[in-house]
Amino acid sequence: MSCHTSVAEPIEETPASTPGGSPRLRTVALVGPPNCGKSTLFNRLTGMRQKVANYPGVTVEHHSGKMKGIGRNDLTLIDLPGIYTLATYSEDARVAVDVLTGKMPGVPKPDCILLILDVTHLNRQLMLAAPVFSMGLPTLVLLNMADQLEARGGKIDPLGLARELGHPVALISAAQGKGLDAIPEFLLRASLKLDSGLRPVQLPVLQSAASCRSWATQVTGRTRYQTPAASLWTRRLDSLLLHRIFGPIFFLAVVVAVFQVVFTLGQPLSDGMGTVLTNAGARAALLLPDNWLRVMLRDGLWNGVQSVLVFLPQILLLFLFIGVLEDSGYLARAALIADRVMRSIGLNGKAFIPLLSAYACAVPAIMATRTIENKRERVATILIAPFMTCSARLPIYTLIIAAFIPDHRFLGGVLGLRALTMLGLYGIGFLAALLTAKMLNSSVMKASHAPFILELPQYRWPTFKSLGFRLYDRGKLFLQKAGTVILGVTFLVWVFSVLPIHGGQFSDLSQSIIAHLGRAIEPVLRPLGFNWKIGVGLLSSVVAREVIVGTLGTLYGVDPATHALGLQAALRHDLALGGAIALVVFFAFAMQCTSTLIVVRRETNSWKLPALQFAYMTTVAYVAALLANQLITHLL
Amino acid sequence: MSVLALSDAKVGSAGVVERIELPDEVSHYLAHLGFLPGTSVEILRHAPAGDPRVYRIDGIEVGLRNETARHIFVKLTPESQEEAA
Repeated sequence: MSCHTSVAEPIEETPASTPGGSPRLRTVALVGPPNCGKSTLFNRLTGMRQKVANYPGVTVEHHSGKMKGIGRNDLTLIDLPGIYTLATYSEDARVAVDVLTGKMPGVPKPDCILLILDVTHLNRQLMLAAPVFSMGLPTLVLLNMADQLEARGGKIDPLGLARELGHPVALISAAQGKGLDAIPEFLLRASLKLDSGLRPVQLPVLQSAASCRSWATQVTGRTRYQTPAASLWTRRLDSLLLHRIFGPIFFLAVVVAVFQVVFTLGQPLSDGMGTVLTNAGARAALLLPDNWLRVMLRDGLWNGVQSVLVFLPQILLLFLFIGVLEDSGYLARAALIADRVMRSIGLNGKAFIPLLSAYACAVPAIMATRTIENKRERVATILIAPFMTCSARLPIYTLIIAAFIPDHRFLGGVLGLRALTMLGLYGIGFLAALLTAKMLNSSVMKASHAPFILELPQYRWPTFKSLGFRLYDRGKLFLQKAGTVILGVTFLVWVFSVLPIHGGQFSDLSQSIIAHLGRAIEPVLRPLGFNWKIGVGLLSSVVAREVIVGTLGTLYGVDPATHALGLQAALRHDLALGGAIALVVFFAFAMQCTSTLIVVRRETNSWKLPALQFAYMTTVAYVAALLANQLITHLL
Repeated sequence: MSVLALSDAKVGSAGVVERIELPDEVSHYLAHLGFLPGTSVEILRHAPAGDPRVYRIDGIEVGLRNETARHIFVKLTPESQEEAA
């Protein structure tokens, strides 16, 4: 029910006898520095789909899966967070060390290691090899991005390197799936305990960064390693995209373009989808006998879910954009441009990546705060992350905007009032985050000076395959949510909207339990311009933000005054402009998400923070919605 | 040969890292990105707001705020010094 993708599976004990190997080899660990293509390889080897993006620090937990991709279902592969060193300064590095030393509860100690390094930066990446070799486990060194090394005129002698390292070495390209045969071969040799014919080597005794570094440089020097030329494209693009004037303009243009496309392209698509779904529902209803069963299926199950389903095209468009930005490497540049703002509110630049991912969903964002070493800054980031406009707010935003905001165009039709309104909603969410951070910084959280250190990856073309997978995963997640949480809650809303039963007849909506409940809370919500139906919608959406659209779809579908209208028309029938804007403003600030509350509780080990967060955000939401409604009704 | 703070070196100039005066966990992290005495570093560009700046070190590009770069000391290469003069 949470809105983040987690495909981590529990590690099962494999049966003692396994074909093609001795019973000893069971667990393989995948180790490597950040952003070296580790998760891409993990996905290849297991056939699973972990999130992959072109910036460091995407994997913060360890994940595991059976090595189905190479036909070794008997082996479990553990994907570890990217680490530069086994010396632990942050939580993600600590996780990696605990797993490798067998200290992580519930995870068996790995029997061998796949060490993956980005061969285009071998001098630096090889520094990790010395501490990993000294764990004493059979290790295969995978030199990833071999295709890029060649394309950019770099050179390496893998055999020579293997002799220097005392461990087998293979050149691979995880993205293109090349050279991966070396992995099953190595695993077979490791399980049979075959001698690799390589002599053990002298490792730096004092494993300080400096000694690892000079060791790495000596090794690569003796193996005719040639650093590839810097990608000219990346430099040229950066001189444009980080330009003093053009850089920020491009940044803004990207953001505006995203919203504009979500409306100009997304709205017709979702309208079309709405028509199809409504017709399909009506046709299916005719096939059923005209009794309570038909009413229940149509009003109780179909109406609510279909009103949420129509937003699928817009959600997918949003994730297509996020995917392109992430995979291309532009996000790191955006972090660089935004650092000035982050600093002015006392936040570490490292908080930028988690906050950015909160635009998709706050749950993985809150988990990603583990890369922030400083506890106070981490808590501050957790507190402000849910103010970032997550994709679960998109349905109610687009519904209200399409129903109430006229489609005015400026600048020859390029820029629309609807997209601007949407931008404004994202803007006030960001502003709330900013002010909250500022407040925390000047009172509870004293500023600390964790430095901003950001590696800028090379630009890459996003692949259709990777984008396709993202959309598929997101679409699936959305449909699952619609079929479970949203269906469940809206069905309950319907049940209470027809109860109590009098003389074998459902009650009228106005006499139902839900109407009584709604009217009981109406006095509190009147000043915001909300009627009791919106109130019920707000209550039901504490579970998840999208639920409000389902609840409204259900309630307006049951109401005889509006059941023949579409949801947009029904809302216009019932709400004034002030109330409508107040509603989206409420959603911009309110903590209507059980999954987020649960993950905050899990990450902080107490209910204190989530309770505080819920109370704070609801108060802000109420006051802001009240202001919005009062201002609009009195001024317009 | 003058040694100066990395934050004071001009965009476009290049030098060799002399020493780093930062707390352990920071200098450790920087070391693994390549900021170690003896490594050559190039000042590539600055972010639109002027700070942070982007440095090329050891084949990669790293963004650092000036407040951090102030504690990294470099010896400029002769060509860069001539340009500066």
